[in-house]
Amino acid sequence: MRFLLRRALFYLVTAWAAITINFMLPRMLPGDPVQAMIARFQGRLSTDAIASLYVLFGLDTESSMFSQYVTYWGNLFQGDLGLSFTYFPTPVSEVIAQSIPWTLALMGVTTIISFVLGTMIGVYAGWKRGSWIDSLLPITTFFSAIPYFWLGLIAISVFAVSWGAFPAAGGYEPGLIPSFSWEFISSALYYSVLPALTVLISSIAGWILGMRNMMVTVSSEDYVTVAHAKGLPEKRVMLGYAARNAVLPSISGFALSLGFIVGGTLLVEMVFSYPGIGYVLFTGVNAKDYPLMQGIFLIITMAVLVANLIADVVYLVLDPRTRKAA
Amino acid sequence: MTPVLEIRDLSVDYGQGEGAVHAVSSVNLVLNRGEVLGLAGESGSGKSTLAYAMTRLLPPPGLITGGEVLHHGRDKPEPVDVLGLTPKQLRSFRWNDIAIVFQGAMNSLNPVSTVAAQLEDIYRAHRPEMSRAQRTKRSAELLRLVGISADRLGSYPHQLSGGMRQRVMIAMALALDPEIIIMDEPTTALDVVMQRQILEQMMRLREELGFSVLFITHDISLLVEFSDRIAIMYAGRIVEQAASEDMYRASSHPYSKGLLGSFPALHGPRRPLTGIPGSPPDMRTVPSGCPFHPRCPSAFDVCEREIPVLEKLSGANGDSSRSVACWLNTPSLSGHPGVGAT
Amino acid sequence: MKSALNGKTIAGLSIMGFFVLIAIVGSWIAPYDPSAMSGDIMSPPSGAHWFGTTQTGQDIFSQVLVGARGVLIVGLVAGAIATLLSVLIGVTAGFLGGVADEFLSALSNIFLVVPALPLIIIVTSFLPDAGDFLIAFVISATGWAWGARILRAQTLSLRQRDYVEAARATGERTWRLIVFEVMPNLTAIIASSFVGTVIFAVLSVITLSFIGVASVSNWNWGTILFWAQNAQALAQGAWWWFIPAGLCIALLGTALALINFGIDEYVNPRLRTSAGGSKVKMRVGFTPVLRQEGGRS
Repeated sequence: MRFLLRRALFYLVTAWAAITINFMLPRMLPGDPVQAMIARFQGRLSTDAIASLYVLFGLDTESSMFSQYVTYWGNLFQGDLGLSFTYFPTPVSEVIAQSIPWTLALMGVTTIISFVLGTMIGVYAGWKRGSWIDSLLPITTFFSAIPYFWLGLIAISVFAVSWGAFPAAGGYEPGLIPSFSWEFISSALYYSVLPALTVLISSIAGWILGMRNMMVTVSSEDYVTVAHAKGLPEKRVMLGYAARNAVLPSISGFALSLGFIVGGTLLVEMVFSYPGIGYVLFTGVNAKDYPLMQGIFLIITMAVLVANLIADVVYLVLDPRTRKAA
Repeated sequence: MTPVLEIRDLSVDYGQGEGAVHAVSSVNLVLNRGEVLGLAGESGSGKSTLAYAMTRLLPPPGLITGGEVLHHGRDKPEPVDVLGLTPKQLRSFRWNDIAIVFQGAMNSLNPVSTVAAQLEDIYRAHRPEMSRAQRTKRSAELLRLVGISADRLGSYPHQLSGGMRQRVMIAMALALDPEIIIMDEPTTALDVVMQRQILEQMMRLREELGFSVLFITHDISLLVEFSDRIAIMYAGRIVEQAASEDMYRASSHPYSKGLLGSFPALHGPRRPLTGIPGSPPDMRTVPSGCPFHPRCPSAFDVCEREIPVLEKLSGANGDSSRSVACWLNTPSLSGHPGVGAT
Repeated sequence: MKSALNGKTIAGLSIMGFFVLIAIVGSWIAPYDPSAMSGDIMSPPSGAHWFGTTQTGQDIFSQVLVGARGVLIVGLVAGAIATLLSVLIGVTAGFLGGVADEFLSALSNIFLVVPALPLIIIVTSFLPDAGDFLIAFVISATGWAWGARILRAQTLSLRQRDYVEAARATGERTWRLIVFEVMPNLTAIIASSFVGTVIFAVLSVITLSFIGVASVSNWNWGTILFWAQNAQALAQGAWWWFIPAGLCIALLGTALALINFGIDEYVNPRLRTSAGGSKVKMRVGFTPVLRQEGGRS
């Protein structure tokens, strides 16, 4: 229990740090970015919008840095992340709310499949050493070195452009209205195949290699020899004794890899114009839509922290040594 | 004295080809029914390798390169060729007929599994007809046998003390009522008081349940006290075998003499402690001929050239259980009348 | 260290060496100025243009050659700075323990958990026209944490070893203990951490260029892909535009990963895949038996 409390406290501190970084960033910009914004929008901004821009960039000379900070926190708790420039005057929170389900679906499903499949393959590869699986290692290494987005580009060029088997961009058939109808869902699934496969192939190598190495280390531990000496069936030794212990670092490492996977998925979305958060971030970056970028950064960070917490709970369940209860 | 386990000419290597290390070379050993046979030697002498190789438990890159292991079962007419069993047969043979009490270090128990689970999975594998209730009952009985209360069944290994863990290992070994129990350094990680308690408990259990014991340790003083016969290994070979009394009072091999002279006797006249000069050989570069010759005070010309074979003691009458691998034992070569006559 | 030079490390180092060479001499041996436009628009690989041309007639082969420098400079500089940071923070935390350790660990954990790529994207997009070194700096500021954590764990375990205690007992000063007793044992891990960080840095800078956040006037492999994406190279079937750059990235990444494997196997010999020339198949739990009457595994 204490373990969980410590971790929760840590996540709160991290969240605070992320929010503060977010707060500080626009204030580090040289020059007067608001004027640049006004010039760009050529008089289409209302006085209210201009005022809020000044507040956003911290150039509001009427309040001190500290009170700005407090206001910022206040806004956050109300769910106010500011107004987006590109989708003006839509609030950032709305833009994110529309796109995040797509990312969650794509990333959530592929990460789970990649983790489960990769770990299982790793278990076999590590247990049956010297088998043909070992010769696959260089290939999987190569795949893990390929940037996600480049694999996506190749996938598009091969499957979409040349072969025409899958769509090259988008999240669903243009013209369809998002709803829970089968027509929409099947279209969404169809459009998600290529992006999902890209993320899957790029990320699975890491899980396989990590698990294999752990299995190799664990299978020379004493308790595995004892399990064999007891005459237990091989599957029981491999799973109940070896894999059960070898998987622990993968789970605590899951949290760390998550940051990397998030990055990769964002890129895949950009390449496929998949209507998730990554794509929105991409358009935001190009348009210098600072409120949107900041909002996305915050949401992504919070989501990763929550995922970390879940991974910690899973670890707590799996490793009795972390439970200090008598 | 009927043999329950016979090891004939067993050789074990680590690795293959040029760089292979000969950890055990041509070992002959007999364990008789109901006796305690002690196996002593320094680290690297091959005694643990021998113990694990017997049931093919050696992890890679271990490799058995020759010899046989024969088990003469209580109710089996024919001896079982252990090394020739198929994996399936070997799996059912293991723990049923030969069990091992491993060193109760933290690592010998699965850290993510309860004590109960680790006892019960033996029954699940070997006695599938037992019901869950029977398994739990039997596991509790096993713990009681070694003096641990049954409410420890739900504990995890990290919640037990070192002594308790060792006793759990003993309980595990007794689960299927085996004929042979191999104890591999069972007390090395424990303090002296705990050592004594555990060993005395083991011996009590032996009398009660009637299994034979192969007791492996580097601490020869324990063997003198607890075992019926002692075999001494050096550089992968057995150099001497004798009843413990004989070994203690008048050992033949210079190495045995050195070992026994290294610890003080509690009773009897004071004598100076002798050690053995030098250190045990690196198994990758074993000396030619008798591996002990560089450190042996009585070495002579043959010792460097030819490996002595384990032979019955010459000059000894009747008692054929004594044997030694030493050229001093061959009167024609050494000019000695024969060590047994000393 | 001889066994560190096994097949994998050698392969990795050679590929890496090849790219370093290209990075150094790239702009001299490139047949064309990578930004020079010509009349050969969107042409596939030919004798005049080995990798074909872009839609403004620029020679892709030259772009790839020159681009190697941008990638490698950022990669190696970022890797060096990040490794230096991770050594400083990780070893200090592991060695000093107590409050300093708690604080430094919390700091590294924060940087570990926060997703690196979004952070880098945000920070870089807030900065005006970011050059190579600035980008390298931002990348190293986000990427040091992973190495720091590993080094801290290793230092913790080394600190308790007897020889360190012995040195401490003779009154050796703390910094000398760190530098002369602990550090030499950390070399393999520091090397591995450096390589890992370089991989991270290379991928990050390419990503940044691809999105268009980093300055697109400096040529690197990511910029090539940026322009390719911009010009809809995919839709037009101009495969030659984006394949070479991507392949180079993958090759460099693989080379670095191979070097890392080599180091891993040196540190943990059990990880080596089938030691040369094993005729008998090893199997966990069943020692193979060789016998005259025909072997059995």
